[in-house]
Amino acid sequence: MDITRFISTHRKLLLVGVSLLIILGFLATLPLYGGVYYTRLLTTILMYVILSVSWAMFSGSTGYMSLAPAVFFGVGIYTMGFLQRILPFPVIIPIGGLLSFIVALPVGLVTLRLKGIYFAIFTFGLVVFMREVVAALESDLFGRVGQHINPLPDETMFYAMLVIAVATLLAIYFIRRSRLGLAMLSIGGNEEAAAHMGVNTIRVKVLTFAISAFFMGLAGVIMAPMKIYIDPRIAFSPIYSFMPILMAVFGGMGQFYGPVAGAIIFAYLEKTLRAQFPQYFMLGFGIILVLIILFLPNGIAGLVSKLQNKLGGVIAKLGKEGEAE
Amino acid sequence: MSELPRLIVSGILSGGIYGLLAMGLSLQYGVARVLNIAHGELVMVGAMLTWFLFTSFNINPLVAAAIIGPPLFAIGFLLQITLFRGLKAWAPSQAAFEGNALLASFGLLYIISYLGLLEFGAYPRRYDWLNYVVTFAGMSLRLNRIVAFAVAVAIGVAVYLFLTRSRLGRAIRATAEDPATAGLMGVNVNMVLALCFGLGALLAGVAGSLISMINPVGTTMGFRNTVIALIVVVLGGLGSIPGSFIAGIIIGIVSSLVTGFWQPVYVVPVYFGILMVLLLARPAGILGKK
Repeated sequence: MDITRFISTHRKLLLVGVSLLIILGFLATLPLYGGVYYTRLLTTILMYVILSVSWAMFSGSTGYMSLAPAVFFGVGIYTMGFLQRILPFPVIIPIGGLLSFIVALPVGLVTLRLKGIYFAIFTFGLVVFMREVVAALESDLFGRVGQHINPLPDETMFYAMLVIAVATLLAIYFIRRSRLGLAMLSIGGNEEAAAHMGVNTIRVKVLTFAISAFFMGLAGVIMAPMKIYIDPRIAFSPIYSFMPILMAVFGGMGQFYGPVAGAIIFAYLEKTLRAQFPQYFMLGFGIILVLIILFLPNGIAGLVSKLQNKLGGVIAKLGKEGEAE
Repeated sequence: MSELPRLIVSGILSGGIYGLLAMGLSLQYGVARVLNIAHGELVMVGAMLTWFLFTSFNINPLVAAAIIGPPLFAIGFLLQITLFRGLKAWAPSQAAFEGNALLASFGLLYIISYLGLLEFGAYPRRYDWLNYVVTFAGMSLRLNRIVAFAVAVAIGVAVYLFLTRSRLGRAIRATAEDPATAGLMGVNVNMVLALCFGLGALLAGVAGSLISMINPVGTTMGFRNTVIALIVVVLGGLGSIPGSFIAGIIIGIVSSLVTGFWQPVYVVPVYFGILMVLLLARPAGILGKK
């Protein structure tokens, strides 16, 4: 086998693959030397990676802006709350995902009627609706609102989140490259034209919306024990809708790595700022959000490709000048 | 069933304020195309400042509303000409602009609510003004609620007349319908958008003043009011001013009936039930155009 030729032709692929393996190896061994703080920090970062990548998969490509991540994330959290004393943790994770999937199916059907800002309002309303309904259910069933969640070892949560995050990233990477991904992009471009080209727009929208909800539900289940105490206000907080969107916008939705980068940077910022300036954190968060949307509408990925273009232009110019001399 | 008329009248009284609340949001979305999630925070600012002026300087809340109005108008005006005009210039499409504007207003929500929190703290405040019962057509109602309703309706009618009868109002409606053509006809579109946004902020502040006359107010009240305004606006049709008012009164009656015959905790789920059914059945609202 001509190994040197293989290496030279697939250089970029190998480079990416090797660096991913190194990152994965680093992550997998982190709890051994990272300590409690970094283990928890990375669990949170991975959670946001899952949320923002799955949000961007549906909303970024189809253009239907969903404010519902908090709903599906909260469904995951509450699944853990209700089932933790009955079933083992690894069994609850897929159940939470499936429940989110099921809740998402009718919501996905809503896209048949609602477009643009109306879909955003509907999904935003759904967050508050779920919060109130769960609160009412809880007080009817148990006579109280809110419950304690038995803590799990940090390593368990971390590894569960790592496995799910890797699975999510792989799944979404392949979905984006598949017919389904192309169909979503064509819906985002022009839904009517997509339908005329033979894309079953209803099936694509409902299915991909539910798939994105599935991953958010998984993340919710795993995140629940870290919260120790949950009530509907905590589980269905709109912040879990807006944070992933902010991260995806900040990272840039045109590229696959955009939402990942956005989630890593923002989750890290959130955790450290919240620890150091608890009072001013939300104020700072608001200002950063406004500034990013105003000055970086295409996100970091947009900035990177812009820089590449500029640099590429400069380099090409230099090269030409060199030739002329 | 003797409760029923009292509950309905009480619902209509709160509905007037809901209508005012929604009118500002409707104006901002209908003309400037910004769904301002921070609307409720401006209501909070109006309410807290009214409380502050009343308790510190003993200023009549209605006068306080008139004092608070202009600065809030200026804030809205400035937000439009800096932030939202900037967003519009960057955005590749109308849909992208609306999405980005929604996110930006979510950022504003945090900025304003935390500034309020730092200034006033989290606990609820209240004051008493005209807080006594009068008997009207056999029903006992609190005088401050009647006054608040009357002011809300008066302002609503004034804004409606301004939009339908005045020259500037016509320019605003033209811009709402078709900004490009309105611009060609000599309307200064940027100025009109900024005026509308400022007017929306002013209405939010005045609604806050009226709410503070009736209920305890606090820095966390914003989100709830945004949610109510959003529901009312969708019910009435985004961008329709009379629709906002009618929808406000319907929502007021619904909330009063749910509170009276069922339980207050079900008010918000019922709101959202209505909102979702309505969005699905008639997305453009009861008076909205298709």
